[in-house]
Amino acid sequence: MADKSIITDSEYNQLKAVNKINLRQRLISYKRKPLSLVMLILVAIAAALSATALIFIIAYVLIKGIPNLTPDLFAWTYNSDNVSCMPAIINTVVLTVLTLVISIPFGVGAAIYLAEYAKKGSRIVRLIRTMAETLAGIPSIVYGLFGMLFFVYSLNWSNSLLAGAFTLAIMILPTIMRTTEEALLTVPDSYREGSFGLGAGKLRTILRIILPSAMPGILAGVILAVGRIVGETAALIYTYGSATGYAVSPFCSGRSLAVHKYVLANEGLHTNEAWGTAVVLLVLVFAINTLSAVIAKKLGSKKG
Amino acid sequence: MRLKTFRERAMQGVFFLTAITSVAAVAIICVFLFSNGIPAIAEIGVFDFLGGQKWAPSNVPASYGIFNMIVASVYVTAGAIVIGVPIGIFTAVFLAKFCPKPLYKVLKPATELLAGIPSIVYGFFGLMVIVPFIRDNFGGDGSSWLAASIVLGIMILPTIIGVSESAIRAVPESYYEGALALGATKERSVFKTILPASKSGVLAGVVLGIGRALGETMAVVLIAGNQVQIPNSLTDGLRTLTANIVLEMGYSTGLHRQALIATGVVLFVFILLITLSMQAIKSRSEKHG
Repeated sequence: MADKSIITDSEYNQLKAVNKINLRQRLISYKRKPLSLVMLILVAIAAALSATALIFIIAYVLIKGIPNLTPDLFAWTYNSDNVSCMPAIINTVVLTVLTLVISIPFGVGAAIYLAEYAKKGSRIVRLIRTMAETLAGIPSIVYGLFGMLFFVYSLNWSNSLLAGAFTLAIMILPTIMRTTEEALLTVPDSYREGSFGLGAGKLRTILRIILPSAMPGILAGVILAVGRIVGETAALIYTYGSATGYAVSPFCSGRSLAVHKYVLANEGLHTNEAWGTAVVLLVLVFAINTLSAVIAKKLGSKKG
Repeated sequence: MRLKTFRERAMQGVFFLTAITSVAAVAIICVFLFSNGIPAIAEIGVFDFLGGQKWAPSNVPASYGIFNMIVASVYVTAGAIVIGVPIGIFTAVFLAKFCPKPLYKVLKPATELLAGIPSIVYGFFGLMVIVPFIRDNFGGDGSSWLAASIVLGIMILPTIIGVSESAIRAVPESYYEGALALGATKERSVFKTILPASKSGVLAGVVLGIGRALGETMAVVLIAGNQVQIPNSLTDGLRTLTANIVLEMGYSTGLHRQALIATGVVLFVFILLITLSMQAIKSRSEKHG
């Protein structure tokens, strides 16, 4: 802004005053260029519409749903009267943990390779990146189809926790890869040089210095992936199935909360319970996303 | 010393293997989808499958034509673009250039929140609110092209807003200041210099939104009516490729099931084309700076 060595503060303020446009001048310029005013109004309307859409959807779901959060909805055992979402919640937690256990080693490992080992711009790196982007673009229903063909039929796992978790693990792989790589790249090179200077090998440097420093960023990405798992429906219907009980063993079929919500909405018999379930789902996903944002912000402020 | 080098080498190999996973995943997805879908297309006949207007798996003889669903997917995506793209780009312009700071602190997380809402919640909201609204005000039974377009238009907003906003912000401030100094109004400066300069980034956001709309399943299946037809008006129902898979996969057998997988293959090819064009846009914008 004001370069102190060239102009003084008072001169700068004078210049600023000259450049200020007051409302009258602004109106005159709009009168000369009415299209500008139209554009301004359109921009404001668009922003208002976006905000309204969000507020309307969330408020509507909350208002309709919160009165339906009855103890019955959280009864321990499911039956067709209470359509309890408790089994679905527990199943979602188990499914999420298992998916992360499968996906994180591959995602983080791949990011370490891309950020620490690979030559930038080499052919193999380009291939890996292109494929990761392709994976990120595949719609969840196609993942569901693939999971059904591969895990359910070819490997003969039938509709099961394992089939659902592996399908989702592939789906969230690009998210974990990308966020982890970004986190690794924010670790200053001086950390690496310091570690090498003290005689540590590359592997030790990565495991002891770089990964711990990048941990908040990795965590934020993982939580983002959790949000995707919790909200996922299409990839799970034909892999995890929609059985109503607790899926406790790896080859047990169950339904996650989002699938449960879909079944309720599709049947159309338990509208009130469906609203209640929508609130549970919405709150869960928002809590997860907020947590991710808070962690990512903490990382950002630490790095300056 | 020997052991240490060995361990370093071994771990580098392990990391490389994990990095290859994504390549392997894409390959195996392609292999399984194509190997299951293409025989069905061959058996039905390419033209009967892609160009056939009749989808009647339970007829004797059965017919498996997905032309109407391809058209429906394109229609729904187009509807989502008509609603989502102008609002999305204008909102991005507002966020980047017109938004007062305190408002930005609220509005920006709000658009990100919109991205976090699960698609099934969008679908349920559409089913309970938008479908009855259309039924009461425009006639028809509510589950329609229009309902699907509105909900999908809202769903692709955060994608378009996010990508467009960062593209707009990436344009050097001097472009804007230069236009202002030449006497252009603020709006003229934004729409005549900044937006054209950021067009490849904005385009990338739109293409990403198209991919999302085309692949969306759970929201569409609840609100689009799912009749296999080419809609004559906005209030007619239609069935997209994605909806077809979800609706019938549960009870299908034999050729019917393979035809559904082939439907998935068609969708997959569409998405691959979109991803490829996306990457082409990106590399072009990198080249031009």
